[in-house]
This record gives sequence, C-alpha cells and structure tokens, in this order.
Amino acid sequence: MSEENNINKFENPYYKKRIVEGPDGEKFEVDPLKDYFCDEHPKVHKPSKIPVIENFLNWARAESLWVLGFGTGCGSIEIPPLMTPRFDAFRFGVQARPTPRQSNVFIISGYLAIKTLKRVIRSYEQMQNPKYVIALGSCTINGGMYFDSYNTINRLDYYIPVDIYIAGCMPRPEALLAGFNKLKELIKEGKAEKANEYAEKFEWYKANQKKIIKDWNMPDYNW
Amino acid sequence: MKDLINKLSVGFEITDVVYQRKDITFLTVAKEKVIDLITHLRDYEGFSHFVLLSCVDWIEDNIFQLTYFLNNPEKKHDFAIRTNIDRNNPVMTSAHHLWKQIATYQRELKEMYGIDFPGSPRLNENFILEGWDNIPPMRRDFDTKQYAKDTFFPRERPQTNDPTEYMKSKLYPKE
Repeated sequence: MSEENNINKFENPYYKKRIVEGPDGEKFEVDPLKDYFCDEHPKVHKPSKIPVIENFLNWARAESLWVLGFGTGCGSIEIPPLMTPRFDAFRFGVQARPTPRQSNVFIISGYLAIKTLKRVIRSYEQMQNPKYVIALGSCTINGGMYFDSYNTINRLDYYIPVDIYIAGCMPRPEALLAGFNKLKELIKEGKAEKANEYAEKFEWYKANQKKIIKDWNMPDYNW
Repeated sequence: MKDLINKLSVGFEITDVVYQRKDITFLTVAKEKVIDLITHLRDYEGFSHFVLLSCVDWIEDNIFQLTYFLNNPEKKHDFAIRTNIDRNNPVMTSAHHLWKQIATYQRELKEMYGIDFPGSPRLNENFILEGWDNIPPMRRDFDTKQYAKDTFFPRERPQTNDPTEYMKSKLYPKE
C-alpha cells in the first residue's frame, strides 16, 4: 500500500480550497466549506404564547405527515405495503416524498450501518421544521440482533433525536399505522418537540456523531 | 472429472483433492500456481463462469485460506481452487485480468482481512467501512463485541435469570 493513498483517504476533494476560473477568464479562490455552506447552527423554534394559536398549529402539523422515502435497513420493506389499498396510510394523511426538503417525517427503518448513519444525519438536517423521527424496530432501540456488530449503531437517540419508537422485529404495517396515530396525538399535545432538542443539545449530538464517523468530511450543519 | 484432475495434477502440483459432492471438487494448490491453473481451466477446460472468491482465517495455523470458485456451465460442474497464504504477510497475485468482477472481491478482502493484491484497480478505496482505523474486522483476533461496547453507547440490558434455577427458587424456596 502506498503512503499517499493512506494520507488522503478521508479527505473529500470537493471540499478542498481551490482556484476556479470564471466564464470570462477571471480566476478566484473558492473555499467550499465557507462559501457554499452556511455555518450557522440550528435554532430553537419556541411555541406560540397564545394557547389557541398553538393548538391550531399543532392540529395542522399533525394532519400533514409527509414521509421521506429513505429505507435504511430491512424495515424499509414494511413501508411500501403502507401505500397499498390494504393498509392505506393515505387515509391518515400520511404520504411519501422523495427528497428531504419536501418531507417532515423520517422513518429510521431497522439497523443503521455507520455508512448509512452519515447519510441519515445529512438528510435529517436538510429536512425543514417541524420534523419528526420514527424509530422502527428493535435495532434502533438497543441494537437488536446486531448489538455486537462492528459496523451498526446500538442506540439511535445518541445521534439524532427520536420522537417515537415502534418496537418489534419486524413491526407489521399495522404497528406502523398505530405509531403514526400515536405520533399525531403527541404532536397535538405539543410533546413532539425533538427537533428543538436537537438544536439545544447540538454540540452533544455532534460529538457523538463524530465519535463514530471517523472520516467526517462534510460540513457540521448542511443548510 | 477424475481424468481431468489426473491430467491437471501433473502440471499444476495439486496437493489435495476433496470430492465434496457429485458436482463440486475442491483442489488445493500452491500460491504460485493458482493463477496459472485458473487461466488454464477458463481457456481450455470450459470453466467460463467465475462464482466467488472467499477467504477463511485459520488463526491457529497462521494462514488465510483463499477459495476461487469456478463453474463449467456445459458439464454442470464446479471446481473450487484453494490456496493457503501466510497470515503475517498476506499478499496474493491479483486475478482481475481474468474476470472483471474479481477486482470487487479483492477490494472486499483487502478491507475485511487486509490481504493485499498488488495492481488490482481501486484496491485502497473504501468499500463498506468508511474511515476504519482498527485491524481488519473479519480477522479472528478482532474482538467485535468489545469494539461495539467501547464505541456504540450500549443500552443497559435487563438482568436475565436461568429459568430452571429461577423457577426452583420461586416454587420451592425452602429446598
């Protein structure tokens, strides 16, 4: 193995400082981490002081749950049947969306490898508030049957905040529907405020994430 | 197939033959002869399909055992070419020029066992593990349970009891 390969293994060449030539031949320096990404940390969105307005907003939030189509483990096989006539999650106002910017519910379906966790964090941070996380299956609770694996995490709530857990290995689509209903109740009561917790304890979450993602070659907050 | 093996054993010094099943035969050859044997089987004996390349860590004998699985689609017969390489200096000749997909197997073996295949394309890139800084995880001296305990914030598990002892103490506390 050559030495050069070892040194540059963790660096992403896209984020390197470089000199770029403009369309009219002008040359200027680009530092992608500073110029392309905002380095501001997430902010806490406080609930409204007037209870009527806050209740109305929570009701509205509870009725529009848009799920990000991101399957992380074996549990993602339980999500396609949700959109079939048999289970029909659409009658609860739940629908799937392809990109993080368009959705506000993130279902972590099953075990998470470290490689996937990196993408999960990035997608979660790109989602817009109000956003909620559903952790599906026992792997997200304590590691499940992969508790001693070198490459899958044990507890999800150390890396991203979790609003509701659905236990089981694997939970059936009915359990997922029950989970959605429970999540709706929590939102209506104003208890699903984990996105604010992420903003409050941002440093702690980042420290945990960086402990296991050793080749951290992306910005701290991807807005 | 026995005729073919007798013919091969003259030129390629086959040290061990195991007739595992009617359609699978394991051949053990020296490290230097493997690529020659595979090339010969592919070009002249009709073993045109490459099935898999795998590795076993025999830590007691201090060797890695590589297995190249070849298939003859016409005769419906499999040959598994085994070879042993030194565990302390795991270097093997690359075979990516014979079938393209071998390069991917070799990338995986490089990451999981630390076996070097000089000249194989994209060998040092990350395959599954990103930013791994420990000894390769599929080696048997890597303690995966301890590693997970130190790294992944394990949740405390409820205390478990041996069912026989527990029921005895519940039902017959005086005994």
